[in-house]
Amino acid sequence: MKELSSADFLPLEAGQEIHGISRPSQSYWQDAWARLKTNKRALVSLYLVIGLILFTVAGPWVWSVDPAQQDLDQISRPPGSERSALIVADYSPWDTEGLRFGEGLTLVGEATTQSVRLKWDALPGSNGHRIYRNIFPVGPERSYGIPRAEFFDNSVVTFEDRLDLRVLTYYYVLVPLGPQGELLDNYEVIEVDVHRVTTVLEAIDKGLIEESSNLQIGDALNLDWHPLGTDYLGRDMLARLMAGARVSLFIGIGAPFLFVLFGVIYGSIAGFVGGRADQLMMRFADFVVALPFLLFMILFKISFGIGPGESGVFPMLVAMVVLMWPATSRLVRGQILQIREQGYIHASQLLGAPRRYLILRHMIPNTLGVVLVTITFAIPSAIFTEAFLSFIGMGVAPPTPSWGSMSNEGIKTMLTTPHELIFPALFISITVLAFNLLGDGLRDALDARMRNQG
Amino acid sequence: MWIFILKRLVQGIFTVWFIATATFFAMHNVPGDPLLNDRATTDAIRANLEAKYGLDKPVMTQYGIYLGNLLQGDLGISFTQENREVNDIIRDHFPVSAILGILAVLFAAAGGVLWGALTAIYRNRWPDYVIMFLVILGISVPSFVVAAISQLFLVNVNELFGVTVLPVAGWGTVLHMLVPAMVLGLGTMAYLTRLMRSSMLEIISSDFVRTAKAKGVPPARIFAKHQLRNAILPVITVLGPSIAAITTGGFVVELVFAIPGLGRYFVQAVQQLDYTVIMGTTVFYGAFLVFMVIVVDVLYGFIDPRVRME
Amino acid sequence: MATTGTTIDSDESFAKSAGKQLAIYALYTLIFLAVLIYVFSIVAGRTGGGASGGAVDFANNSITITLPQEPPQLDAGRSTDASSFVVLAHVMEGLLAYDDNMQIMPGMAERWEIREDGATFWIREEARWSNGDPVTAHDFEFSWKRNVDPDTASEYAFILYPILNAEAVTQGDLPKEMLGVQALDDRTLEVQFAQPTPYFDKLVAFNTFLPLQQEFFESTNGRYGADADEMIYNGPYVVEEWVHGASMLWRKNPSYWGDHKGFLDEIVTAYITTDVNAKLNLFKDGQIVETHLLAPMLPEAMEQRWQIDRVMDGTVFFLEFNHREGRVTDNWNLRRAMQLAQNSDELVYKVLKEAAYLPAVSLFPVWIQGLNGAFRSEYPPVEHKMNLELAREHLEMAKAELGIEEFPPIVFLTGDTPISILSAEYYQELYKQNLGLEIRIDVQNFKQRLAKMTSGDFDVVVAGWGPDYDDALTFGDLFASWNLNNRGRYSSPEMDAQVRIAQAELDPENRLDAFGEIQRIVYEDVVIIPMYERGWSFVVDPRLKGFKRRSIGPEVDFNFAYIEDTED
Repeated sequence: MKELSSADFLPLEAGQEIHGISRPSQSYWQDAWARLKTNKRALVSLYLVIGLILFTVAGPWVWSVDPAQQDLDQISRPPGSERSALIVADYSPWDTEGLRFGEGLTLVGEATTQSVRLKWDALPGSNGHRIYRNIFPVGPERSYGIPRAEFFDNSVVTFEDRLDLRVLTYYYVLVPLGPQGELLDNYEVIEVDVHRVTTVLEAIDKGLIEESSNLQIGDALNLDWHPLGTDYLGRDMLARLMAGARVSLFIGIGAPFLFVLFGVIYGSIAGFVGGRADQLMMRFADFVVALPFLLFMILFKISFGIGPGESGVFPMLVAMVVLMWPATSRLVRGQILQIREQGYIHASQLLGAPRRYLILRHMIPNTLGVVLVTITFAIPSAIFTEAFLSFIGMGVAPPTPSWGSMSNEGIKTMLTTPHELIFPALFISITVLAFNLLGDGLRDALDARMRNQG
Repeated sequence: MWIFILKRLVQGIFTVWFIATATFFAMHNVPGDPLLNDRATTDAIRANLEAKYGLDKPVMTQYGIYLGNLLQGDLGISFTQENREVNDIIRDHFPVSAILGILAVLFAAAGGVLWGALTAIYRNRWPDYVIMFLVILGISVPSFVVAAISQLFLVNVNELFGVTVLPVAGWGTVLHMLVPAMVLGLGTMAYLTRLMRSSMLEIISSDFVRTAKAKGVPPARIFAKHQLRNAILPVITVLGPSIAAITTGGFVVELVFAIPGLGRYFVQAVQQLDYTVIMGTTVFYGAFLVFMVIVVDVLYGFIDPRVRME
Repeated sequence: MATTGTTIDSDESFAKSAGKQLAIYALYTLIFLAVLIYVFSIVAGRTGGGASGGAVDFANNSITITLPQEPPQLDAGRSTDASSFVVLAHVMEGLLAYDDNMQIMPGMAERWEIREDGATFWIREEARWSNGDPVTAHDFEFSWKRNVDPDTASEYAFILYPILNAEAVTQGDLPKEMLGVQALDDRTLEVQFAQPTPYFDKLVAFNTFLPLQQEFFESTNGRYGADADEMIYNGPYVVEEWVHGASMLWRKNPSYWGDHKGFLDEIVTAYITTDVNAKLNLFKDGQIVETHLLAPMLPEAMEQRWQIDRVMDGTVFFLEFNHREGRVTDNWNLRRAMQLAQNSDELVYKVLKEAAYLPAVSLFPVWIQGLNGAFRSEYPPVEHKMNLELAREHLEMAKAELGIEEFPPIVFLTGDTPISILSAEYYQELYKQNLGLEIRIDVQNFKQRLAKMTSGDFDVVVAGWGPDYDDALTFGDLFASWNLNNRGRYSSPEMDAQVRIAQAELDPENRLDAFGEIQRIVYEDVVIIPMYERGWSFVVDPRLKGFKRRSIGPEVDFNFAYIEDTED
């Protein structure tokens, strides 16, 4: 502790520096930002939001795969699946002339993802056959698997399977048919291991190899890499998610901005003008609020109509703006009415401030906080609305991807290829969550009542 | 008080008129033709169909007829269900949606209040964390994903026990309602839980609670009489809008769980461009929601003495 | 929201007693909810009705099934949708019917005769309506005349056109009394043809030919078919209960004349849903007797060790070109190029992946019968090979003919079902890769797509055609220039000539030759590009026997179904 002397109590001379006794003056926004920074959850969600925007905008630069490109050799592949393939000759129809029989149900040639060729000898007592494919050994109760073909006489004793072949062990079951086409009991089974193959032509088409490369039949190569797997048409999930993000976030962020903007203008005019005009304007807003939201979204969606090649993003945006602005306008009007009665406005008016100054300097900045929070909370609901509409098939038109329409596709194959649902649903969830938490954080940070609480 | 209700009702009638008008013109702007079907028809048959549904008249005449019928409570005949009136369709299907919706709202309200109170009591302890984690899930996972997954879950549960513990789809008994109603109410429940939690925390640090505590009022009484009672008020204010969200949000749940409600019907009608059903359903829902909002407003006046009826 | 904590919320004892209080409230709430749900379930019982005793109920000899949608109404003369067809096939019977092997068999008529100029049907004596009245020839005469009446506005009126004056009556040019059908007495129905109609026996099995009792019809005041008690039945089952949008109950019809159909006492349609996932879940849960399976469900079905069966659904899907003048697709070279640049194998095997679908190679599906065997083995379709080089040559020729450097975007109109969207997305990329064509997909819902098809607002439309009756003509006349269902307005004298032969030729072999020609013209003139023939993989409860899925008539047929007696 410093010893005080009488010298310390002398008045300061002009020009001498004053000790910093107060904290530096902070503007409203600086203060809010400082408070937001201390809120961990809000900060994390802010980073998430920035990440999402980067993913959408910068993502396609980093991962420049065409989201429409179909890789029919790799349909609905989960992330990280094996992708080495052997080169085989181009497919040509099977010429069954000159096959030798007498060995029962046998595989002809190699079993590949291109085709599996089987031949057999008519089973005793049969009036034709039915051939099944199973991914499990034959169980009790005649659970033979998927029926692939049936022949109602014994003139055909070969079958070529090309349906969605995967690198798996298949059990082909040959079941003889009775005179009425009923299944007889003496079936035959063959176990077949399928290998992944591709052809030189396909490989060149996809740019996996140069045209001049001298890859021979039997050589191995790696098919395209899809970090998040592929969808039901073999399209790259990551690229689709990025393209989908553009649509979902465009609607999710664009619509709230537009309707909030409209709501602010409408509400501030109503609030500022007051009187009969205010009454009328608010009555109209009440009408619009009363429209059942989802029903009208659907109604607008179909009444706008989507032409060929259009994505339907714009009609959805317009419908959202038309239906969602009144809440904001009400809020802003309330704020303006409140601010109008504040002492500093009266003071400002007395000092001769023009109207424009009042609006620009006092009214709008003082409602901005509320507006910002409104936008942040409107984003999740806009994203949900888009997802919901796409889910019931009334959202963006294919082939335009959106997270909602991707989830809708994914839900059909939820059991077999869950990644097609999980990724888009995850992105929806993360986005919704991030904006919700950010909204919470902003509300706390901008709340003037809390300005003095640490 | 009565004047307030009357005023609101008159306002409501105008609102319904606005909804009806908006629906009518939106509907008549829809491209496509409700009278077309898989098999093409001759001009004579087509003219007859048009006459049957009054589509041969000018739009404004149709609008006049439509409003006139609406005043008499007649919503017309369905285009696809040729022998059924829209009134019948609503009468058959709305109760289903309503039961589902009411249950969902009750689940949401009861759950929201209870969980919210629980998290506030056990703030920053494990019940708080667990519930708030679930709440976050409830808020951020789209309802169709929840619906599909919960149906899958039901199937697996039934398989596990070897009997039907809860039916996976359909309608008719208590058991059919439980899961769909919960799924439907989940989002709102999560929202209400958050609301309840913050409102509880705000009140617990308020002066009158502190006073009560200082006076030596028993904790259970403080909790019940002061904290809970006051914290519920904001929850009730948002119930009105929640009912609206839930009744229309029933689409997905009705689709996934094969529940014969009005929402599912509406989606089908849209795909079939069934003009009368689409218009009838929209106007009916609109009127219903307007009415619900009035009811909630009035109720609120009774519950909270601070609200003055003007 | 998160106000800073004070001492109170860290107070352990407060938490404890507040928690206790909360638990008491929670208990009250639970009790209240339980009571409320109970009350609701009583109310809901009246709206749902269809609570069933599981898929197969031995005690009541009853089964539970699903319907894809609520039948709009069950007035056979005006029905157009698959659900109504299913119900009508069980509760009504025409002059003739299909047996369990898809062959025509006697129904209300015990015998019949088809001549060049007309036909005669003799109604069986024991034929009864569900109210006990005999089914008479007058019931058929009344029904058919009503169905061609423009006032009835039956969308299927065209199917009666082989009958004398039917078309003129439908157009409003003649009164309905002039229709060439007459009940000579209660049991003899005489039909006059507009032109020879060798397939008339197959035709009368169709819904629009079902009988209708005038007296009962008039007693319903225009509400015939709107509700279970507003119609009468002559099939093996009757609709006993119809809770709209939710469920139906069909009961065995004691007045039905035969004992070869209707072995069950009750069929409950407890669920009305198109959601295949929901159906699968219901089946797995033992609530319904059958469901069809989509490709993604097959692994699960195999894991469950179900016996999977399959059937052709009858419908052929194709890309239909718009042949109207002024459309680029009116150009044969462009169509040919598009034909050569694709291969339906890839679409079915790799993209659609549906195990029961077949790559389509012709307008005529695989199950159409020829003279002695399958039509397609007697008249093999042109063998199609994908040939990109040739395709590009044709494309260049098309450009030269049209005098353009680049093709404008080609509009691909499609419905909003997942499969048609998937196909359109596939073709979009295919034609971009193979021909450099820009395809614009135009997804529209059912009615909007039809409106655009009718007005010709498309270049290519993803379309399908299902059979109405068991004869090649149900497909064969589709591209006749006068057929209103020819939405691409294809028109060629050669095609029209062959269709005329197919319609009126009495010699079966010449008639089939005409179908062979139609098949060839469709390929060579590239009227359409066949995509796939739809089929279903499906599973049936093993306890239920005799269930049929059909290509023609009702999608699902329980007329011959019975429960196997294994539990005794």
